[in-house]
Amino acid sequence: MSEERETILRVEHLKEYFDISTGFFSSKPLKAVDDVSFEIKKGETLGLVGESGCGKTTVGRTILHLYQPTGGKVFFEGKEVKTKEDLLELRRKATMVFQDPYSSLNPRMTVSDIIGEPLDIHKMYKDKKERQERILELMGHVGLNSEHAARYAHEFSGGQRQRIGIARALALNPSFIVCDEPVSALDVSIQAQVINMFDELQDKLGLTYLFIAHDLLVVKHISDRIAVMYLGKMVELAGADEIYHHPLHPYTKSLISAVPVPDPKIARANKRIALSGDIPSPLNAPSGCPFRTRCQYATEKCAESMPEFKEVASGHFVACHRTEEING
Amino acid sequence: MALLEVKDLKTSFFTAAGEVKAVNGVSFSLDRHKVLGIVGESGSGKSVTAYSIMQILDANGRIVGGSIKLDGQELVGAGEKVMKTVRGNKISIIFQDPMTSLNPTYTIGHQLIEAITLHTDRDKKQAWDRAVELLKLVNVNEPEKRMKQYPFELSGGMRQRVMIAMALSCEPDILIADEPTTALDVTIQAGILELMKSLQDQLGMAIIMITHDLGVVAQLCDEIIVMYAGSICERGTAEDIFYDPHHSYTKGLLKSIPTVDMDDKKLEPITGTPIDLLNMPKGCPFAPRCDDAMHICINQTCDYVQINEHHYSACWMNVKEMMEEQKGGASNE
Repeated sequence: MSEERETILRVEHLKEYFDISTGFFSSKPLKAVDDVSFEIKKGETLGLVGESGCGKTTVGRTILHLYQPTGGKVFFEGKEVKTKEDLLELRRKATMVFQDPYSSLNPRMTVSDIIGEPLDIHKMYKDKKERQERILELMGHVGLNSEHAARYAHEFSGGQRQRIGIARALALNPSFIVCDEPVSALDVSIQAQVINMFDELQDKLGLTYLFIAHDLLVVKHISDRIAVMYLGKMVELAGADEIYHHPLHPYTKSLISAVPVPDPKIARANKRIALSGDIPSPLNAPSGCPFRTRCQYATEKCAESMPEFKEVASGHFVACHRTEEING
Repeated sequence: MALLEVKDLKTSFFTAAGEVKAVNGVSFSLDRHKVLGIVGESGSGKSVTAYSIMQILDANGRIVGGSIKLDGQELVGAGEKVMKTVRGNKISIIFQDPMTSLNPTYTIGHQLIEAITLHTDRDKKQAWDRAVELLKLVNVNEPEKRMKQYPFELSGGMRQRVMIAMALSCEPDILIADEPTTALDVTIQAGILELMKSLQDQLGMAIIMITHDLGVVAQLCDEIIVMYAGSICERGTAEDIFYDPHHSYTKGLLKSIPTVDMDDKKLEPITGTPIDLLNMPKGCPFAPRCDDAMHICINQTCDYVQINEHHYSACWMNVKEMMEEQKGGASNE
């Protein structure tokens, strides 16, 4: 990654709290995303991993303002997203591909209407012919035949549906796409087709991705850098190879040791770093470092304050009080 | 004698659109104390194979041919009475989604005790003790407290542990695990897989592990069966399948998953779309998607070629290679 590349997206202290009712008149904030800061360079893929409930999907949705952020700032192409006009522009330049290709496509719309809907909303064409041409071009980008245009989503397999979803995300010529577990629902052989397509589209159209997934090997393959989240906080961020081979945060270490490696010799020799207990409920998150209740290195200090998310080596950020001691 | 012997098993579903041959001539055997992995994509027939062994198919599904022998006893056509003595006692199954396989309206304890009293002649008090013992066995913390809790009060990993406890309550000879960790997070998955391995060492049962995740089979299985469109493509030890794959589908599958040290190498996906089970091709089911497909592949299915003692593959490419080798060998002499 070159240093000169400009930053396309910067997120500062992003917070997203949901109110959960705990009684007739009482409610409690669920801190789905709590003080997350990072930036993505143009043309880069940032992988976002973590276990269910860690807030990775919420980060993606909050960036696009599908949820109104509770706090913090989102800068897109150098400009803070504040007014309604900013938001409209953001929605045109930053789009999303969803996890479930079955529920994210309207069963009562034809493929060409699904892909054309964003064009309609943003009035991106002069006449019907131009609209149709653009739709066919988009279908070509994702490897769909033009004769598929008049069909309905249910006539397609999972992999093809995901292609339709990707074509829809590309419709507005975005520069940034949030990919929320786009291959998790697909079979292995189809998954590889879609991953390669993401790669090719990035080269061809100069896209930037925020790639959210729980499959670490897939994320490592597609990403330049990877961020790890735990209970609403970002705990580590580094280059893809760096984080996989030299993780610094105890949670990342354990997560990576748990990845089932498709190689019998490596898999059997692998020593897993087991975690005790379950993820605490985000409604009752522990004080200080969220991971301390399951961390073998936790001390009193970890309960008192949340460690700062700081750069310990070039481009390697980690939020842990004891990074130096643990990694000697 | 093998503990479980499946021969030429054929299971079909009869739908309005026609007969779906979900399992189409599957044969394998399973020895005691072994872990057998069945891998394949959705629709490959891996789960239906397991459901056929348990005979818990949907109403429109039927075993239409072949035999399943457990300890020499034929199960196909044996009737519900015999199957009731097999299910739970000799073969147990755990499913993918631990939330839907547990009854949300009864406590964990109630459901465990029900399984125990149904299959053994323990009274309720003894069954309670046994249930607590089982929960301890699967590393559930505070077992006495859990007994009184409902499934929604437990985490996903905990529920799957309860399911395993229930499946083990009668010390079965075979445990079938149908995608047991697919719904779980990686760290939880790793815990469940470790638990299954240690229970197998401790109790000595055989495990049939059904999954789409090649990482999971690599970690757990002694032998692996690769399925595609209702038939077995290749069978061998974990080492055979991962380091010396012979069938074009197995090779394609291994090339399409990211590995640890592949850097920026591109994935090589299998082209095309999954097969339509209602319109099966005449020859090798994988031929329409296979880059190496020859004329014969489209017209004729291939018999199993033996690669080594435990390694079989049903691919015409292997036949071709063998013939070339023989020819080459002959001309050298």
